[in-house]
Amino acid sequence: MEFDLPFIWAGIIAFAVLVYVVLDGFDLGIGILFPFLKDEGERDLAMNSVAPVWDGNETWLVMGGGGLLAVFPVVYATVLPALYAPLIAMLLALVFRGVAFEYRWRTERWKWVWNLAFFGGSLVAALMQGIALGALVQGIAIENRAYAGGWWDWLTPFSILTGIGVAAGYTLLGATWLILKIEGAFQERMRQAAFKLAIATLGLIGAVSLITPFLDPVYFDRWFSWPKIAITSVVPALVGLAAYQLFAGLRNKSDLTPFLASISLFVLGFIGIGISFYPNIVPPSLTIWEAAAPQSSLEFALVGTVILLPIILAYTAYAYYVFRGKVRPEHGYH
Amino acid sequence: MFDGMTAELLARIQFAFTVSFHIIFPAFSIGLASYLAVLNGLWLWTKKDVYLSLFNYWKKIFAVAFGMGVVSGIVMSYQFGTNWSVFSDKAGPVIGPLMAYEILSAFFLEAGFLGIMLFGRERVGPRLHMFATGMVAFGTLLSATWILSVNSWMQTPAGYSINTDGQFVPEDWWAIVFNPSFPYRLTHMVLAAYLTTAFVVGGVGALHLLRDKTNLAARKMFSMAMWMAVIVTPLQIVAGDLHGLNTLEHQPAKVMAMEGHYDSYPEGAPLILFGIPNSEEKRIDYAIEIPKLSSLILKHDLNAPLDGLDTIPDDEEPPVAIVFWSFRIMIAIGFAMLAIGFWSLFRRWKGQLYDANWLQRVMVLMAPSGFVAVLAGWVTTEVGRQPFTVYGVLRTSDSLAPIEAPAVAASLTAFIIVYFFVFGAGTYYIMRMMNKTPGAIDVKMGLNKGPIRAAGITPAQQLISGTTGR
Repeated sequence: MEFDLPFIWAGIIAFAVLVYVVLDGFDLGIGILFPFLKDEGERDLAMNSVAPVWDGNETWLVMGGGGLLAVFPVVYATVLPALYAPLIAMLLALVFRGVAFEYRWRTERWKWVWNLAFFGGSLVAALMQGIALGALVQGIAIENRAYAGGWWDWLTPFSILTGIGVAAGYTLLGATWLILKIEGAFQERMRQAAFKLAIATLGLIGAVSLITPFLDPVYFDRWFSWPKIAITSVVPALVGLAAYQLFAGLRNKSDLTPFLASISLFVLGFIGIGISFYPNIVPPSLTIWEAAAPQSSLEFALVGTVILLPIILAYTAYAYYVFRGKVRPEHGYH
Repeated sequence: MFDGMTAELLARIQFAFTVSFHIIFPAFSIGLASYLAVLNGLWLWTKKDVYLSLFNYWKKIFAVAFGMGVVSGIVMSYQFGTNWSVFSDKAGPVIGPLMAYEILSAFFLEAGFLGIMLFGRERVGPRLHMFATGMVAFGTLLSATWILSVNSWMQTPAGYSINTDGQFVPEDWWAIVFNPSFPYRLTHMVLAAYLTTAFVVGGVGALHLLRDKTNLAARKMFSMAMWMAVIVTPLQIVAGDLHGLNTLEHQPAKVMAMEGHYDSYPEGAPLILFGIPNSEEKRIDYAIEIPKLSSLILKHDLNAPLDGLDTIPDDEEPPVAIVFWSFRIMIAIGFAMLAIGFWSLFRRWKGQLYDANWLQRVMVLMAPSGFVAVLAGWVTTEVGRQPFTVYGVLRTSDSLAPIEAPAVAASLTAFIIVYFFVFGAGTYYIMRMMNKTPGAIDVKMGLNKGPIRAAGITPAQQLISGTTGR
């Protein structure tokens, strides 16, 4: 039996990016919420709720980039230069966000600086990831295996909209994660915040979803032509269901449901993007099969991935299990 | 600031700048992760408190250094694409899978178990905590293995063919991973990381011994570090020599630049100790040299002929002065480390290791020497590979992304400002932690009260302390 390795690899990379978006999404969301928390005690708690896992969460971003280099090098070599400014800004933002996890505990006088670094780094990283997504949806000009567009092509009203949408969605993930991990009045305020954030996120998802089909006739055909619409309309229906679960979970004061429903929104949004893109890996014209690395690269990398990915998922799940339950002020190693 | 520079030069400066900052942290965290695993193992085995207090002391320093390594490493993983996209497209099919293996086998392992190592001793119990600590150390070594395989392949490419798109196509993965320079480079770098850490640990131990000769934790770390200096430095010099011979075989132009051999020597080449490389006239000015010694070292024969840079086309010649100097800095530090190792052995033999004030003062000064040696060594091998990214096959000038100079200048400026600010602050915090007395009852690293309380808390206490809502 002949495996379609480029397709399998597209699935693996998409999986890594989705895991990144969900996992680092709530880390970054907590960063965005940071200045709105009541005092340093709440900030300590919020940060400690992700301190043992954030590094692993961010590794999925490296996996997404490294995976592209390995199996779709031409994607890596065209999309990254096309998104030069937002990606450099994202990397620098992640530097500030990442070091804040340690530095914040090392100083009293400069704590505000690292609080600001944590907030600013998280916000800029989220915005830039959303802008990168919007630019990718709009399409990237490629000629002779190289980026052929201008340096500001990524900056459009649509990409700014997706940037705000991703940032709002991450903040929703952060708020619902905190609902899961904390208690008392702090938790109650996060419920109220999550309610507003849910409305904002759903509004932005709706706006992006309505604009996307009009960016490219291919997208329009994919979503609205019969009989495709019979299948694709399942996605917005499920978004509606997830939204219902989210609001119901917030109203019933459920700890877990709002977080799971928020994750579902991201998964569905991701599937929606996949429906728009397929069979391209870089719209408007680079397909998964055109972009794939030589067969020997796909095979060699796949052997290790098939063995290691389940192990990674197992010990990642174990790490989350070890640090399960509510986070309390006396936890943390610092 | 960067007016008149080409995009290629700016991109090279940006890569050199970001990778130089980055390598400092792994060089330290590879050694420190292993040291922490040893300390934790000794604590579990002997139950002597000194090992636990040393573990807790260095654990916090490790966390900061590791965090800086992670964030500066993510920059590297994307910079290949943003600035060196042609290289990425062409070499990606070979180096990409190796980096994917690094991410899958090492990065996830380190990240997955780091949280348990730092925060989880009480939650998972001593055995699983030891396992997690071991996995973090193992992960740092695996990471080094894969990335050095990648770098070595760029120095001594093997096991590939080239397709119609100009891409390197993997033909023999065994030959790619175990390319000719890989075993030497890996050994040399891992030993360098261990030595770097040993001199940091020894320097910190010496600092506290100078303040208090009776501090048990300081005595222990100083003694352990000095044993490392005695044992590892000679091994490193042998490994470095073998690496050099391997380089002579596969990248002779690099060795010519290291040696400062502009001219060929048909009857035995001199070892140039010092001098000023003169690239205009293609000679070493004011050279102090020992006749025929270079031939003896490189060929094991006083009269063996050695080719010089006159046999290399000008457009394949690496920048001689940089390689010449960085190589000498590395060698000088290596022999200084060797001397200190023997000095410590002598004082130990006399039973005066902990009272050796001058040795301890010198060790404080030498604490950062490993970092300088690592950077000098990497400058030697990387600048010595020029003008190629994939040695002999793909030129640096043909590897660049289609980027414009102003875009690179802007990002380079941003990197310089952010890195000096962020990593400057981190280095300051690490040095402040190192300045705290080790082994004190309550080792407070930093000034805040909150989360430091965590150490030694039991689940029962957690229940009593109640809820968090305010």
